[in-house]
Amino acid sequence: MDSFQIFTTSTSLVDSVDKKLLVVLRDGRKLVGILRSFDQFANLVLQDTIERIYVGDTYGDIPRGIFIIRGENVVLLGEIDEDKEDELPLREVPVEEVLQIQREEMEVKVRKEKTKHRMLSEQGFSVDAAEFGELY
Amino acid sequence: MVSTLTLCRDRRTQETGCLEELGTMANGLWHDNRERIFLFYSFFKTLVGQPVTVELKNDLAITGVLVSVDQFLNIKLDNIKVVDEERYPHMLAVKNCFIRGSVVRYVQLPAPSVDTALLQDAARRERQQPAAVGRK
Repeated sequence: MDSFQIFTTSTSLVDSVDKKLLVVLRDGRKLVGILRSFDQFANLVLQDTIERIYVGDTYGDIPRGIFIIRGENVVLLGEIDEDKEDELPLREVPVEEVLQIQREEMEVKVRKEKTKHRMLSEQGFSVDAAEFGELY
Repeated sequence: MVSTLTLCRDRRTQETGCLEELGTMANGLWHDNRERIFLFYSFFKTLVGQPVTVELKNDLAITGVLVSVDQFLNIKLDNIKVVDEERYPHMLAVKNCFIRGSVVRYVQLPAPSVDTALLQDAARRERQQPAAVGRK
């Protein structure tokens, strides 16, 4: 049974080995790296990985190195089309800049959320704090 | 297991590979809850080549041609298009992707290629002949 299981998942990822992939994780992070290995749980090994942070129409890269990703955290793996990559309506900016914009957006969101919570609780609704923000 | 086999045979769209795999299962490798999973696995295999929309638990919805499915219902899509592209700029450069089965919420299928009567029949027959068929 085990050998059969390994067999089917391998068929679906084996073509992606040694290619540059975008990996989206459950916490919303986007990693771009070269897939070097994987197993039946979609545990992954990525080499020369960068973490890419998207805000609006800009993005910034943080070099991260080698990753071993536990499969349960993987949302999807995408193969990057080099032709499409060049004509994207996005521009790369320094990481610090992206992080700054991201922080500002987050603050605005938190403020909005707080107002909403306050108004809801004034009306007698209980608010689930776990619903906070946008997960992955 | 008879029902699943019939499902494949009736579709006549299956390559012999699927029948062989199901044959292996019938040799007693699989337990009853696995067989039930396999009904959907075989069903998805009949949809390979069809355009589907996969909605993930993070609300990302991707339309693409179904390339392959495995026993975890991991899905591979080709020629993908994200339904709300502006919200997910990181997906713009991606042409094909592997989606982990555990993060899928819905799969929207093209209605003409789903034989609901056949599926219903398969499910009913699986109930009538619990596990016994697949085991020795």
